[in-house]
Amino acid sequence: MKARHKRLVFIVVGLAGLTVAATLVFNAFQSNMVFFFSPSDVHASQAPVNRDFRLGGMVEEGSMSREDDGLTVHFVVTDRAQTIPVIFTGILPDLFREGQGVVAQGRLNDKGIFMASEVLAKHDESYMPPEVQDAMERAKKATSASLATPESK
Amino acid sequence: MIPELGLFALILALCVSIVQGIVPIAGAQLGYRSWIAIARPAAQAQFVFVALAFGCLVYTFVVNDFSVRYVAMQSNSLLPMMYRISAVWGGHEGSMLLWVLILGVWSIAVSVFSKNLPDDMVARVLGVMGLISVGFYLFVLLTSNPFDRLLPPAIDGRDLNPLLQDPGLIIHPPMLYMGYVGFSVAFAFAIAALLSGRLDAAWARWSRPWTTVAWLFLTLGIGLGSWWAYYELGWGGWWFWDPVENASFMPWLMGTALIHSLAVTEKRGSFKNWTVLLAIFTFSLSLLGTFLVRSGVLTSVHAFATDPERGAFILMLLVLTIGISLTLFAWRAPKVGLGGRFNLISRESALLTNNVLLIVACAAVLLGTLYPLLLDSLDMGKISVGPPYFDAVFLPLMAPAVFLMAVGPIARWKLASVPDIVVRLRWAAVVSLVMGLLTPILMGEWGAVRSLGFTMAFWVMCSVFLMLRERAMKSNASGNVFSKIISQPNSFLGMCMAHFGVAVFIIGVTMVSSYEIEKDMRMDVGDSTELGGYQFTFEGVTQVKGPNYNADRGQIVVKKDGVVETVLLPEKRIYTVQTMPMTEAAIDTGFLRDLYVSLGEPVSNGAWSVRIYYKPFVDWIWGGTFIMALGGLLAVTDRRYRLVSRIARKIKADNKSGAEEVSAKGAATQES
Repeated sequence: MKARHKRLVFIVVGLAGLTVAATLVFNAFQSNMVFFFSPSDVHASQAPVNRDFRLGGMVEEGSMSREDDGLTVHFVVTDRAQTIPVIFTGILPDLFREGQGVVAQGRLNDKGIFMASEVLAKHDESYMPPEVQDAMERAKKATSASLATPESK
Repeated sequence: MIPELGLFALILALCVSIVQGIVPIAGAQLGYRSWIAIARPAAQAQFVFVALAFGCLVYTFVVNDFSVRYVAMQSNSLLPMMYRISAVWGGHEGSMLLWVLILGVWSIAVSVFSKNLPDDMVARVLGVMGLISVGFYLFVLLTSNPFDRLLPPAIDGRDLNPLLQDPGLIIHPPMLYMGYVGFSVAFAFAIAALLSGRLDAAWARWSRPWTTVAWLFLTLGIGLGSWWAYYELGWGGWWFWDPVENASFMPWLMGTALIHSLAVTEKRGSFKNWTVLLAIFTFSLSLLGTFLVRSGVLTSVHAFATDPERGAFILMLLVLTIGISLTLFAWRAPKVGLGGRFNLISRESALLTNNVLLIVACAAVLLGTLYPLLLDSLDMGKISVGPPYFDAVFLPLMAPAVFLMAVGPIARWKLASVPDIVVRLRWAAVVSLVMGLLTPILMGEWGAVRSLGFTMAFWVMCSVFLMLRERAMKSNASGNVFSKIISQPNSFLGMCMAHFGVAVFIIGVTMVSSYEIEKDMRMDVGDSTELGGYQFTFEGVTQVKGPNYNADRGQIVVKKDGVVETVLLPEKRIYTVQTMPMTEAAIDTGFLRDLYVSLGEPVSNGAWSVRIYYKPFVDWIWGGTFIMALGGLLAVTDRRYRLVSRIARKIKADNKSGAEEVSAKGAATQES
């Protein structure tokens, strides 16, 4: 009887512990998932309003300007179909450049400006973030489709 | 000529490894002595050939032979010699060749340091390692041949990625691979045990030092990688929860569970099945890490789809390894038996609980690493889970684990009593609670999480001192306390040291995450700023020229109370071949703090954006990691591993009536 009790305690304690751990992990996972959107997605109001997300695309040529404090940077992210203005305060990664791919994390303010808290760097010059590549291709398809429809009419 | 010689050597190594993978295992199962005897020479011959192949590749790099495609991709005639050598493993093909070379190193190590083991066991272990080698030689030869020629030859090479041109990166990959691949030995021992049906304390004793050595290399490798990221990436962070980092951290978590479970199997004969399963999973996670880093899935799941050959090959190896070993496990494990029973309050329970916590932590990392990849490959949207997820999961999982780290070694095997544990740990509890509350106040700002962090660190430290004190008081050795402690078994001292390392690590992490100060600012020439009690003055930027780069070098004078403490020279480099800009941070390292300065961009009129950090105790993070690894080293030098070899050899000499009996006797001798 005693041995059986002991085993029961073992199993109950173990299961309870695992349940707690699993709940914890899934909760943390749910609340920290960050979704990725392209400028076209944002214009289609797919991006969340009061939650961080990642915005990806190309830094538009000639769009970058710096405020006098030397740290606040304005630039425009484009997927060649739509654009989103971005403001970031801080030091940009080495490989940030106009005409290159970029991924920024942050949220939209009420004026539709993306306030970036983080601009992500990658370790390679020729490297294009895969999400950005994908976003560019989707935007390209969408525009060529919308161009194609009037022609066919 | 030399590259072809390397390729030829590699093919020969494959041939030898096929023999090594089949004949000794068959011999051991069928009882053919001559077949068993092939294991050792085959492993040694295989090593000679793979080392020759590797040597040939190094030679082609040293002489800048740009007619070899891989050399042209990775190196450049301007590259300094030491980076030309480390460029050998700077890319995919070469790093896979390093992988098989290190597998060869472990194989020859097993063949040399296994004189104390029964021959049939060695045959099975080396056989399993031979089979793994076959898989990876085929991978290198069929999908990633580093000796491929380039026609016409390149005039010069495309240069090594500047981020990899760093002393830390010369030794980081070999260390990491020593760890990854080292777990193949633990895996081979587990499979050998399943094949022979002999899973006992003696088996655990043989497998243990190998596992610990692999673990200590992996610990060092991860520590070096983290240190490199800290000073080379210019962001001042030491861990990013990047998938590549996670790929090495998962086998570490599982391997840590494994070395503790092995301890129970050796001492008490319990947890046998569990230990075998952990050995299988640890190596599988090493393979998964190789797959994640090497297949291209991390840069993009679509990159994997467009160039599926390599990834598919490793994935197949992974599936085969896990599939075959788990089938074998399911078939053999029911025969193993449960081993010693134990009570709810006992050292076994504490170790088991910690095992489970480590595995849950590992599963959480696995989820955070693989789930985004899975969603993406199913076209269900792109997500990422960043550091907040991992931080949220790790603290609540590791806090109880660290608490039990102090209780486990104090508790008795089989049946411990709570009052006894409480009495023995009461001073540790008091000291750690007081220090946990006081340290944040001394540092100037209190917080619940940081207080918990310090309490945990002091709790582990105190328990280590208590254990040493108890052992010293019980010891019969003559002399003072110090010599009494020294006379304790090395495995015990190693455990103490590794646990102490964890405490040092926790202090480092808590201090940095709580009291780090960061300032990003625009600085004109002559501007000053104050941070952490230090005055930083920017004195402008000058041009300097390196062997293969041009740099803007900033000069920042650091003063404390008006006295010059140090002059920091951060650089912004442009590497000439790849025209890639790179931030080279300047760090003043100290026992209690690092001062970290990196240049942002030029703003106007000689002004720059500058990032300055004050990082208290940051070096304790890597110091702790290093102490953990040293603890592992101390543990494997334990006398009993050597003593066993002498006894086993004696028994072997006395009794030639078959390997089965030898091991049974060996085990009996060790248990008495």
